[in-house]
Amino acid sequence: MTDVIRTTVSLTVNGRTIEAQPGELLIEAAERAGSYVPRFCYHPRMEPVGNCRMCLVEVEGPRGATLQPACFLQVNEGMVVTTDSEKVKKAQDGVLEFLLANHPLDCPVCDKGGECPLQDQTLAHGSGETRFIEEKRHFAKPIEIGDLVLLDRERCIQCSRCTRFASEVAGEAQIDFAGRGDLIEVAPSPVEPFDSVFSGNTVQICPVGALTAKPYRFTARPWDLEQVESTCTTCAVGCRIAVQSSGNRLTRVLGIDSEPVNHGWLCDKGRFTLDAVDGNELMTDPLDARSRITDPLIRRDGELVPVSWGEALDRAATILRDGAAVTNGVGAIGGAALTNEAAFAWERFVRGVLGSENIDAQYGDGLDAVLVQALPKATIDEAAAACTVVTITGDLREELPILYLRLRESAVKKHNSIVEFAFSKSSLRSVAKVSLPVRPGEAHEVARALAGSAPDPNLALSSEELNEARRLVGETGEGVVFVVGRPNIGESAVVIETAIRTLTERFPQAKFLVALRRANVMGALDMGLAPGLAPGRGYSGVFGRDTLAQLEAMRTGAQKAVLLLGGCLLGNVVNSIHAASALAAADVVVVTGHGGATLAYADVVLPAAIQHERAGTVTNLEGRVTNVAAKLVAPGSAWNDLAIASELAAQFGQHLGLDTVEQASATIESMTGYPSSSVLRSSTNDGVMVGRHETLPARRSLDPMANPGIRSVDSVGLGARSGATDVAATPAITSTTAATWSQVTVGQGITIAPLDAYSLRILASRRLYDRGIAMQGSPALAALVPQVSLRVARADLNRLAASDGDVVVLVGSKTSLQLSVVADDELPSGVAELPFNLLDGGGGDPVRAILEAGSDVTVIRLETR
Amino acid sequence: MSYFDDNRRARVDELLTLYPRVRSAMLPLLHLVQEQDGYLTDEGMGEVARLTNTTIAEVRGTASFYDMFHLEPVGRYVVGICTNIACMLVGGDELLEHATRTLGCPVGGTSEDGLFTLEETECLADCDIAPVVQINHRYVRTTTPDTFDQVAEDLRAGRRGEEIPPHGTLIRVRRSGGLRADHDEIIAERATAKSAREARSSQESK
Amino acid sequence: MATLDAPLIVTSRREFDDSFTLERYVTTGGYVALKKALTMFPEAVASEVDTASLLGRGGAGFPAGRKWSMLRKSPISYLVVNGDESEPATFKDHYLIERDPHQLIEGVIIAAYALQVSQAFIFLRGEFALGLERVQQAVNDAYAHGALGPKIFGSAFSLDLVVHPGAGAYICGEETSLIEALEGKRGFPRIKPPFFPAVTGLYGEPTVVNNIETLSNLPWIVNNGGAAFAALGGGRSTGTRLFALAGRVKNPGVFEIEMVKNTFRDLIYDPRLGGGILGDRAIKAIIPGGVSAPWFGPELLDLPLGQDEVAEKGSMLGSGSIVVMDETSCAVRATWRIVKFFSRESCGQCTPCREGSGWLERVLYRLEHGGGRVEDLDLLLDLSDNISPGLTWPPQQTTICVLGPSIPSSINSAITMFKDEFLEHVHHGGCPHD
Ligand SMILES: Cc1cc2nc3c(=O)[nH]c(=O)nc-3n(C[C@H](O)[C@H](O)[C@H](O)COP(=O)(O)O)c2cc1C
Ligand code: SF4
Ligand code: FES
Repeated sequence: MTDVIRTTVSLTVNGRTIEAQPGELLIEAAERAGSYVPRFCYHPRMEPVGNCRMCLVEVEGPRGATLQPACFLQVNEGMVVTTDSEKVKKAQDGVLEFLLANHPLDCPVCDKGGECPLQDQTLAHGSGETRFIEEKRHFAKPIEIGDLVLLDRERCIQCSRCTRFASEVAGEAQIDFAGRGDLIEVAPSPVEPFDSVFSGNTVQICPVGALTAKPYRFTARPWDLEQVESTCTTCAVGCRIAVQSSGNRLTRVLGIDSEPVNHGWLCDKGRFTLDAVDGNELMTDPLDARSRITDPLIRRDGELVPVSWGEALDRAATILRDGAAVTNGVGAIGGAALTNEAAFAWERFVRGVLGSENIDAQYGDGLDAVLVQALPKATIDEAAAACTVVTITGDLREELPILYLRLRESAVKKHNSIVEFAFSKSSLRSVAKVSLPVRPGEAHEVARALAGSAPDPNLALSSEELNEARRLVGETGEGVVFVVGRPNIGESAVVIETAIRTLTERFPQAKFLVALRRANVMGALDMGLAPGLAPGRGYSGVFGRDTLAQLEAMRTGAQKAVLLLGGCLLGNVVNSIHAASALAAADVVVVTGHGGATLAYADVVLPAAIQHERAGTVTNLEGRVTNVAAKLVAPGSAWNDLAIASELAAQFGQHLGLDTVEQASATIESMTGYPSSSVLRSSTNDGVMVGRHETLPARRSLDPMANPGIRSVDSVGLGARSGATDVAATPAITSTTAATWSQVTVGQGITIAPLDAYSLRILASRRLYDRGIAMQGSPALAALVPQVSLRVARADLNRLAASDGDVVVLVGSKTSLQLSVVADDELPSGVAELPFNLLDGGGGDPVRAILEAGSDVTVIRLETR
Repeated sequence: MSYFDDNRRARVDELLTLYPRVRSAMLPLLHLVQEQDGYLTDEGMGEVARLTNTTIAEVRGTASFYDMFHLEPVGRYVVGICTNIACMLVGGDELLEHATRTLGCPVGGTSEDGLFTLEETECLADCDIAPVVQINHRYVRTTTPDTFDQVAEDLRAGRRGEEIPPHGTLIRVRRSGGLRADHDEIIAERATAKSAREARSSQESK
Repeated sequence: MATLDAPLIVTSRREFDDSFTLERYVTTGGYVALKKALTMFPEAVASEVDTASLLGRGGAGFPAGRKWSMLRKSPISYLVVNGDESEPATFKDHYLIERDPHQLIEGVIIAAYALQVSQAFIFLRGEFALGLERVQQAVNDAYAHGALGPKIFGSAFSLDLVVHPGAGAYICGEETSLIEALEGKRGFPRIKPPFFPAVTGLYGEPTVVNNIETLSNLPWIVNNGGAAFAALGGGRSTGTRLFALAGRVKNPGVFEIEMVKNTFRDLIYDPRLGGGILGDRAIKAIIPGGVSAPWFGPELLDLPLGQDEVAEKGSMLGSGSIVVMDETSCAVRATWRIVKFFSRESCGQCTPCREGSGWLERVLYRLEHGGGRVEDLDLLLDLSDNISPGLTWPPQQTTICVLGPSIPSSINSAITMFKDEFLEHVHHGGCPHD
């Protein structure tokens, strides 16, 4: 587990001399040398504890050979190890027999049956008959230890993987061992359930069937499952996953150990929101986000009615053609959920066929696309290895959960420093070295202070904290990674963009990790789905309208028609009232797999395949291109986006030449050098970094004991995994030039309305469990969406004569909203924190209505009733 | 809104300063919870979690490792009788059996009047006066069924209050203050003194 | 007859009812050694202890001087006193804690001075309520007396001492488990290597863990010199030692006698000590050093009470507890009770100890209470072998700490010495003694 590799040491394992790295664990070194040592408690992503004693091997020492745990022992020069002697075998068989003594024999009904390391070990080595004739230990049958996880204590073998995961990896020790001796059990607190958003990982790493996931329990047997390796597109981290199905139904998602990305972990949203894909075909209301759209629809007499593809395409083409007939009369919005290949096809369609530059994959809730592309980028690994990470983001655990785990790990285990722009209480706070309080509309000022300017006295910065932060960032920013996102969508993007600009200029050596959260937003931008960009991470220099500008143009009638790539515009855009009236004024073609409120304004709806139904590549937030796999057949008559784009182009008499994924990816790569077909063909499942010449080592073979549950990936045959593959070096695509950089529009004067005694600035933050499609479509998770409340500093509440729990009225410039309020001592004064996309106000989240797209910071008044 | 009463609050504050890391105060804090509530209440464990910067699951997990902590209410007097080897050899099991009848509760149970909880204990390290009996962790140093019954009678009648405080009370002597030495200064001083000594001894040896 | 002419080193205040008070302590020569030590170089104090060849009294019998010399050099280090005394039938530390707390404290300060640590902890078994009160009172008085705190007795040396209560877990006597408990965690022993306390102990810093009795010897050693201590006893076993004698003897108690010069027979039969067996029955077996130790039969009664002498015969003096069983004692029942103890006290992290102890206990229960089978004897030995391969002494282990391999000691001894009695239990369908 040491990072610094000085030299190698040689040791003898079963008479053979092998080389290992100093500090390497014997269990790993022996395995590489072909001597697999059985294990239960050891997990390569956690500190060894050596408590199951299954991995005992003989090691020569001053007092002769003794039994030592291979998982705990670090290799030494000259070490002499035997893993296969009679003594070792007896000890290991003894441990196995002890483990089975109290273990119930319920394999036939156990979820783990068929993929259980304990069962496998027993079949391979067990004596076949038990000498244990006593009564087994009994516990009450499965208990719910959390919202998604059940514990069957009788099956537990006390390996402590789950409890270690909770405290060591997730940093939330909501479960721990209780009791002592053979009555030891895993237990949550009676008053705080195991509600971690990472809880599903404990189920995956449990080496027996003690922990089971409520959504998966009893749904399938391992031998009925087929699986493919893919990428999770719930957020932009791009965790590697195994997607399992039984028939044409998804049954389970498991994390795969990808060294540069997720280390095997997943968040529960990524893991458990399968139902949103194939669980809701029966729902038919197109306005309900839980429904799948299975047929082409057109609006007839005010109603959306199913029609044939031909009719729908014809109508869509007419709308878009009419729009395009007017100068600047058409545009496209969305596309961050597409594959790169589909995004590329739509880009070709919009720019090449419709001749429009009005194209934007973001919904006004991201960052300026040219700025994003021009930043000197860091990888997740680089951020995790950086001596200092500065976060200018929302709560990463809520927005990009696995990035949070990676940064937390590096802070805890490597003692790397985190400097946090603290907008409100964040999950990283406890491990951050410095938290700089930032109120809405101030991030650019705090960045300036960090860069060395005298801080504005109105900022809530203490000079001590500021100096410490400056010290950690250093003079040039060398070894520093800034993680930048949109912590507050109630504030104009210009605030953060200005901050970023200040930082890039002041710290030329620093790198940036862009923490935009929507699934394939980076891939969409790389494919040119934004003003000023071109496919292959290029710059066009031509700027059409972005999303907010298109909506404004539709409202004024300047833009007649819009193509929506995905049906969730209204669910995401700031100021939804404004957006809805814009859509009402235009002709709208929607290409989507899911229903949603946006479809109330659609004239044509074209049903599309969604994740797990279409193959291709996606690009994660660090610029890593990986594949996504098609595991299911899309329902009804839904098509792949590539087919839809091609057919639509054909209506214009044009041929995109992008009918299949293979065609599209080959074109992308040959046209722009952007890795696409090489990724699809690659045996390196960790993907390829855009613009970096690197050869990723092939992933080490997945270890069944280390990652129980995953091992069948190999056996089902996802393709070869061994042997390093030299991925065709991708040419550097576009380097940041002064010319492109200067196109970044950064507002100079940010204006923030002064606060009076009754007004507060809105901090519209995000939660992982929101009311998005994935959550709503998955019953197990939909129930976990938290209650919304407004959070306000206690001092502000006192001033307003309100108290904790009161219902207050939030008055915005256009609408108002009643909410209960919670006093929050972690918030700076003058701030109202309001989670975005949590409230169900009938036609969508009323918070969106209160946020103002036009002003730099949304200011509201708070009134008590 | 503090969980601990004023008297214990001061002891808690002091405890937290005695260790280089706050979590070390876990066991003494739990003893204080048990002293105040008679057993480890959820509120008490919640407070300890807050004070030691841990989760309630960790506090409960830690507490449940130790036999002296009760996570459920117990009787006014927790009677422990040792049956380990030294006591076993001279009648520990028989005394325990006798006690179930005298106190009216099974081993591990509480009598109906809520007065007694009876426990079989491991060796209590007082084996020359075996079989050993402890009540609320005070040795009563009684070894025969008859003298045991006398003690039970006394307790029922409210006698022996001085000798046997309420369950949970462990140390009635308060520490007379926090840490006094300046540890950073000491470390610095020691380093200097040591190098001076080393210099001298190397000179002497020449 | 026992040789009782050696000075009483740790129980010299035996006859005083108020031996635990500061007044009595000071009037009987207390804190003189500390003042003397403070005038010496720390290294010189340590060297006296080394000369004394003081073997640790906690169980392992490791020389205190050697242990101190292995302390990793570091700006911060700690001294932790092991007062968890929970080994069944061991009650000699308990005696010192209640009866002579100042002697312990003086020993702690001397050790802390020799080691140059500035914070020490006394971990006391939680069940010792009276002991905790006595030691806390003594610590308070020592602070007031100037023996603790900054600039002790006007010297440049400062020390803080904290009394830390345990909460009922035998395993916390194991030094790394004790450290975990002192860190506020469950008492899970740590794996050695790398967690040798002298290298990586409390809070990861180098730490010396010494037993109560070990440290209580220090005032005498400083006053009289290490050589005087080494002149007592014999071989490696120098000085006197406290023996806790219990079981079927007429006069159980804690006795301080010279090592090696006395035998088991002296201790058990001398009228000034154990006084013989209840009802003058014959000895059946003795457990020489706590229930982790293999048993001896009466034929070894004349073995000298010395660490190496006992080790040579395949057992240990261990914790200084000696349990005597006579003809009325049932070997199966005794074994069952001891294994039940280990099963209840296993911390639960190692599979062989956690599951093995419970399994063994249940088999022994069956044998004692009816339901035993002849093949259970082999089963007991084979399961024991899976916990402690080879059933050798000193034991090998498949576990993290030595609680695991302590479990087979009594099983192996009892089956070897009293196989017929086990078989009788099988054929009788339960205990023939009942
Ligand atoms: C299971 C177990 C229990 C122990 N219990 C005690 C104990 O109660 N008291 C004690 O001093 N040492 C006990 N020890 C020994 C300690 O680990 C340690 O060796 C000792 O405290 C060192 O002190 P010494 O060198 O002064 O003897 C125990 C060891 C084990 C393995
Ligand atoms: S041997 Fe037993 S007591 Fe020791 S660490 Fe292992 S389980 Fe715990
Ligand atoms: S002890 Fe090594 S794998 Fe469990």
